[in-house]
Amino acid sequence: MATGATLTAARERTAAKARAPFITLAGLRGVAARVLPPLIVLAGFLLLWEVLCSSPTAGLPPPSRVVSEAWDIIIDPFYDNGGTDKGLFWHIAASLKRVALGFSLAVVAGVMLGTLVGQSDWAMRGLDPIFQILRTIPPLAWLPLSLAAFRDGQPSAIFVIFITSIWPIIINTAVGIRNIPQDYRNVAAVIRLNPIEFFVKIMLPSAAPYIFTGLRIGVGLSWLAIVAAEMLIGGVGIGFFIWDAWNSSHISEIIVALVYVGLIGFVLDRLVAGLGVLVTRGTSAA
Amino acid sequence: MAHLSLSQVGITFHRGGKSSEVLRDVNLDIAKGEFVSIIGHSGCGKSTVLNIVAGLLKASTGGVLLDGKEVNAPGPDRAVVFQNHSLLPWLTVRENVGLAVDKVLKGKKSRAERSQWIEHNLALVNMMHAADKRPNEISGGMKQRVGIARALAMEPTVLLMDEPFGALDALTRAHLQDQTMEIQQRLKNTVIMITHDVDEAVLLSDRIVMMTNGPSATIGEILPVPLARPRRRLDLVEDATYVHARAAVLEFLYARHAKPALAA
Repeated sequence: MATGATLTAARERTAAKARAPFITLAGLRGVAARVLPPLIVLAGFLLLWEVLCSSPTAGLPPPSRVVSEAWDIIIDPFYDNGGTDKGLFWHIAASLKRVALGFSLAVVAGVMLGTLVGQSDWAMRGLDPIFQILRTIPPLAWLPLSLAAFRDGQPSAIFVIFITSIWPIIINTAVGIRNIPQDYRNVAAVIRLNPIEFFVKIMLPSAAPYIFTGLRIGVGLSWLAIVAAEMLIGGVGIGFFIWDAWNSSHISEIIVALVYVGLIGFVLDRLVAGLGVLVTRGTSAA
Repeated sequence: MAHLSLSQVGITFHRGGKSSEVLRDVNLDIAKGEFVSIIGHSGCGKSTVLNIVAGLLKASTGGVLLDGKEVNAPGPDRAVVFQNHSLLPWLTVRENVGLAVDKVLKGKKSRAERSQWIEHNLALVNMMHAADKRPNEISGGMKQRVGIARALAMEPTVLLMDEPFGALDALTRAHLQDQTMEIQQRLKNTVIMITHDVDEAVLLSDRIVMMTNGPSATIGEILPVPLARPRRRLDLVEDATYVHARAAVLEFLYARHAKPALAA
């Protein structure tokens, strides 16, 4: 009995020893296969850039000069000298705050309007043509109008985010609501869910995959719009930072800021996508 | 007075200026505790009858009375077991039953009683082992059992089953039929079941309602099945009453009311 147990344990240990390095190697290989190609391409791209922009007459600085010139804003994103003279972190935080506010408003209003359009034929016929026209208006075209209405840069920027990101949310929510299977409606009818219960317990979860597609497009658009809007309204924000750097001919700082803008946009997209996967775990597999 | 009665029920659908009469003059009285099957060729409107009783469709003519009260909207007193189970995929098995129980029995039972009642009904269909799984993690037969548990948990006056075992393989179907008979025997529910399976109809029913072919389908004949309960499928294979009833239904469906497309 005891011998048997020891033997089994020993065998397991040997097996584990034999198995462990193999798994690590395969795992490493898997990671390498995904991480190496983008790293190699990035290195190649930087090299090409360095070569192309190395002549003194080049319009843009090569990467080496970008790093050396913009070193102080790269290593210290948290400095704050008052006014708009702040580190990149504060500019990005200000932009993200505007996006968060405008986008949240767009989510609430977009899901409600989308539900209305998806649920009622009359609302669909009445509102859809208007939405289809309004959604083609470029974000910045709304800015003068909102400045005229709000008489202040801050709410205007938030309004531009709102109006930019609301259309894909409305349209995708409406499609999601229209696609709720009749079966689910029948179940709700038999147990007599009231409209609010129906909205929360059937509509939202059933339409969630569609809604999240809309949210993902919306958050991407709002990040696109905020940079442009901030260039015009001024104040603290990554858009203003870029415009300010251009006015002071700090091309290297612009390039560093663009890298940040790209990375943050990527993170925002992944955040919403990840949240969508988490929320719609059950639904999408139906 | 009958427990559930359909009188002169007819329905006409209108689409783009064209109208088609699907049902006409359907008259049927069902007693309390009776198990009635409605059988007919596909497209004859048998599911439409069920949906009218459920309140999911409105009859164009005539009406349905349940205990003397007119049926004009869906409700938990006429719980439906849907053909394709219709479980909500984002809820677990327990939550699916729970959604119905919490809504229907709110005020009648306390929270603890409701939670116990959910477990009780899952146990009734032998689904306790998968209570925390989602519908896409369990088999078709299990989903249908959960659908039955959900319907039974609403304590319906009449249980409506729309081809409940149609999408299942033969062995699972037989098993669920036995389970359904056993539960009905215990709870004495009134049941209306839509089916296109002759053996299923004869085995389970007290009466079999045979529908003519559409358009303007109606009840062609009602056949009583005077077999004692509990019924066991093996004992019945050579039972004279069973064989006779089976022959009568087959004769109705394939000789007198053969589907035109099939007969041609």
